[in-house]
Amino acid sequence: MFKKILIANRGEIACRVMKTARKMGIKTVAIYSDADRHALHVKMADEAVHIGPAPANQSYIVIDKVMDAIRQTGAEAVHPGYGFLSENPKFAQALEAEGVAFIGPPVGAIEAMGDKITSKKLAQEAGVSTVPGYMGLIEDAEEAVKISNEVGYPVMIKASAGGGGKGMRIAWNDAEAREGFQSSKNEAANSFGDDRIFIEKFVTQPRHIEIQVLADTHGNAVYLHERECSIQRRNQKVVEEAPSPFLDEATRKAMGEQAVALAQAVDYASAGTVEFIVDGERNFYFLEMNTRLQVEHPVTELITGVDLVEQMIRVAAGEKLPMAQSDLKIHGWAIENRLYAEDPYRGFLPSIGRLTRYRPPEEHADAGSAVRNDTGVFEGGEISMYYDPMIAKLCTWAPTRTQAIEEMRVALDSFEVEGIGHNLPFLSAVMDHPKFTAGEMTTAFIEEEYPDGFDGVTLHTVDLRRIAAACAAMNRVAEIRRARVSGRLDNHERHVGEKWNVALQDVDFDAVVSADHDGATVMFDDGEALRVSGDWTPGDTLAKMVVDGQPLVLKVGKISGGFRIRSRGADLKVHVRTPRQAELAKLMPVKLAPDTSKLLLCPMPGLIVKVDVEVGQEVQEGQPLCTVEAMKMENILRAEKKSVVAKINASAGDSLAVDDVIMEFE
Amino acid sequence: MKDILQVLEDRRAEARLGGGQKRIEAQHGKGKLTARERIELLLDEDSFEEFDMFVAHRCTDFGMEKQRPYGDGVITGWGTVNGRQVYVFSQDFTVFGGSLSETHAQKICKIMDMAMQNGAPVIGINDSGGARIQEGVASLAGYAEVFQRNIMASGVVPQISVIMGPCAGGAVYSPAMTDFIFMVKDSSYMFVTGPDVVKTVTNEVVTAEELGGASTHTKKSSVADGAFENDVEAMAEVRRLIDLLPLNNREKPPVRPFFDEPGRVEPSLDTLIPENANSPYDMKELILKVADEADFYEIQEDFAKNIITGFIRLEGQTVGVVANQPMVLAGCLDIDSSRKAARFVRFCDAFEIPILTFVDVPGFLPGTGQEYGGVIKHGAKLLFAYGEATVPKVTVITRKAYGGAYDVMASKHLRGDFNYAWPTAEIAVMGAKGATEIIHRADLGDAEKIAGHTKDYEDRFANPFVAAERGFIDEVIQPRSTRKRVSRAFASLRGKKLTNPWKKHDNIPL
Repeated sequence: MFKKILIANRGEIACRVMKTARKMGIKTVAIYSDADRHALHVKMADEAVHIGPAPANQSYIVIDKVMDAIRQTGAEAVHPGYGFLSENPKFAQALEAEGVAFIGPPVGAIEAMGDKITSKKLAQEAGVSTVPGYMGLIEDAEEAVKISNEVGYPVMIKASAGGGGKGMRIAWNDAEAREGFQSSKNEAANSFGDDRIFIEKFVTQPRHIEIQVLADTHGNAVYLHERECSIQRRNQKVVEEAPSPFLDEATRKAMGEQAVALAQAVDYASAGTVEFIVDGERNFYFLEMNTRLQVEHPVTELITGVDLVEQMIRVAAGEKLPMAQSDLKIHGWAIENRLYAEDPYRGFLPSIGRLTRYRPPEEHADAGSAVRNDTGVFEGGEISMYYDPMIAKLCTWAPTRTQAIEEMRVALDSFEVEGIGHNLPFLSAVMDHPKFTAGEMTTAFIEEEYPDGFDGVTLHTVDLRRIAAACAAMNRVAEIRRARVSGRLDNHERHVGEKWNVALQDVDFDAVVSADHDGATVMFDDGEALRVSGDWTPGDTLAKMVVDGQPLVLKVGKISGGFRIRSRGADLKVHVRTPRQAELAKLMPVKLAPDTSKLLLCPMPGLIVKVDVEVGQEVQEGQPLCTVEAMKMENILRAEKKSVVAKINASAGDSLAVDDVIMEFE
Repeated sequence: MKDILQVLEDRRAEARLGGGQKRIEAQHGKGKLTARERIELLLDEDSFEEFDMFVAHRCTDFGMEKQRPYGDGVITGWGTVNGRQVYVFSQDFTVFGGSLSETHAQKICKIMDMAMQNGAPVIGINDSGGARIQEGVASLAGYAEVFQRNIMASGVVPQISVIMGPCAGGAVYSPAMTDFIFMVKDSSYMFVTGPDVVKTVTNEVVTAEELGGASTHTKKSSVADGAFENDVEAMAEVRRLIDLLPLNNREKPPVRPFFDEPGRVEPSLDTLIPENANSPYDMKELILKVADEADFYEIQEDFAKNIITGFIRLEGQTVGVVANQPMVLAGCLDIDSSRKAARFVRFCDAFEIPILTFVDVPGFLPGTGQEYGGVIKHGAKLLFAYGEATVPKVTVITRKAYGGAYDVMASKHLRGDFNYAWPTAEIAVMGAKGATEIIHRADLGDAEKIAGHTKDYEDRFANPFVAAERGFIDEVIQPRSTRKRVSRAFASLRGKKLTNPWKKHDNIPL
């Protein structure tokens, strides 16, 4: 076994690999750029080598620099993680040339699977199901109809040079095929000056399901079942799970066996993933093979008990796989939620800055449940703009899918992240989405369910009552503490009453709070009583309560006369008042937030580089208005609709804060 | 007997109705609560004890004798806030527009005298059209009587003014002399002369809101210390402030049970200071992470943001915080920030509230605007305030402490009790670049030499150890343990006794 390995990566995956290496007694070497000087993976490693400036193309993906680090530290093997150099055959070759082991597949496999056309051909040859289609040139509409019939409707008619939906048509019958061929051809000719057309099967209700394979250098290969990754935003996976709620045993087996066949066809040796697209009838088609460790590998580890990184290292060291296919059973259900530094309320714009608070839920694993959080950041660390915005992968495991989802809901509610925008509320919303809980999702889930983006969750009365009950009980604790300040007038102390009114979202509840030493019973005016317990004390930012026997975790912030509560994707102002205070509060005017629809607000703190329009100019939807530079990244702000510029408040060189008004429209 | 009891109840009911149901509704229509409703929200339930409910004016001019409502436009009395005694007056806009008559003033004066005698704060709720014009000079005299009491009470009991409606003309000078002024957004304004007079005299066209609304006074004039969304929030926040203040100048600040470990370590503070010395960071993060339960009551949040002032608790006890804010103007001192902080420091000192100072100051803001505006005398206010303060003073230098501004910011030389520095501190006359250009003027043409000299200067002075060698810094501390160190420092100072030489009063450069 290796004595020392270098991890040619950063962030959570570098930390993840180091954990296993440490467990195996292998020393670790980290590499880091200027931006990662204080990063977690550097702290975790036994040694760390600086390899250059922040941009990855000047550091993490410069093969020579990584090779220098290897020579300098005498590492015997390299784990590439994912991204960066992980699927770069030149890197694998360079290692081979120096006699350093690559903890990944052989160069030949990387090369074979790295090319879309070659990989599809190889897959076909290995008996892997691929999307049926005709790759050759199609002469005329009649030929198009003929081929469409061979492929089977619906079909996708695509321009060879196409992209961005241009020159693309879906046809469900001969007439549409004929028509679609013609219009695609014309559009392609006009848009790309290349009117070559091909036809392939159009996959309806597509789901992204992938098979994890593991192979050694002795010709053994197994599959570790599937992962479903259908919940994606612009091809970026957000939620993954294993197994898939959609596959049956026969499909699983067929997919697994085909994946193994492909791995063996290319002499694969290491962990790899064969991605499939699966339609509504459980027909599956090969997409591509990823010749590396996948981001979402933890869900597979949680349901199989196999440490994939350990196996990769062992395979790279020449060991044989310790398991046979028959040993690999699916045990329970695992879900992964990717935490991104992206602000869901601002169109998922990347958010950078200092993590003023970062407290993930506590990790645990027992027979009934598990929580695992793979992370590369820490409280007080900086999220820079140079790398992937994913900051953590939160996974839960439980015997059933329903339980695993419930574990995840609680884990998300317990996850404290402050200082940057992040997608925790969005993840909570997905975990509560009926289509997700029913397991009925396709790759279009986010697009279809959140067509206008995400603007928070509106909770149902049942949930609001539970939160109201918890807040009433918490408020009582806070009020009693207030009433115990020093300097009171003896015998004239304040009596904290039992009757309270809790206002949240758009409702309010009258409640009577009767406390005892175990907690409190909160009785609503319609007679419903909820039992609340928990050890919250004033100042705690996390309230782990039990309401009516069910756990309820609230993130607790301060607002005047109550709490800011975040839970289940909702962000609520909860006011707890005496009945008299509530009565008077109802007399207060409702102040409307200023109308910002005619304003261009600065979406992030940054510097105005350029203003593209002038006062009085008419602008069209999508037209660039100005460019804001934030952390060396240029963001072009565009007109949301057709309008006329009425006023410009900023000019090039101005540095602006979030929500500063850049320009006003008529 | 029964009838007499009934008469009392009837009279009370009449008094409670103030200017009548219609005017109460009009008041509500403006989004404002009545004088009594405000008192209800301010004080503990059922704790209000009223004075002078049946006082009526004695004016007989202009037909006033026909209208003599009970209370005369102001409700006065005492009650408790979380069991602690306070005095309160609340002007009743439904009665003669809350205008101030001789008797109205007398009612206010009575509770102010009581407050002084019994050592409890005075909270004034202002909602008044101004002087009772029908009473002429008697009304003016009434104002002056109140002013004189504001002056006498200053530094004896805390005085808090809440502007919850109009407050114009001479009326503004009573709040002006109290310790804190709060306003309600969109429904209060304060000015010496109103928009009409402004237009006549200067031809300026301006709305009441622009001239003296909450935004103007919290952001531009600094007359107000804070602004709240509505009457309900205003009263809740004044209660919160009262919880932090001692009842008078003979008492220690209040202590309440706390649920936050004084020894709590915050590893994230080790990375608060950015690598680049010119990059800003948010000083509020430090304040919140040091404070009990991250609870911070900020004073003048929207004015002179280059300095932060406000109250926190440590081990349950109130501490005043002054901190440079590197996010704004690099945290430099200027006229506005010096004035803001000086007044805050003097309030703390007057009421025995210990002062915690966080320093990251590159110096005083240069420029003609500052010099013409008298930054010399304004800057001296903060220096003076820190130097004369006898309360426990603990200072932590997080990064820059340059030049005269180092001296000003509660330095050891101004009788600082504990002066700590983080390892990132740089205590020097100025930044390395500027210093080098003066010391090595001869080498200015040679960039390489200058760079070398700059490096030398940095190595020598861009650290806390030169100051620590001289004892100007008592200890260099780990950022992560700031809460613990500061809490222990204040704990050790609980018995501090320091008195200034006898004087009639000092002559702070006003």
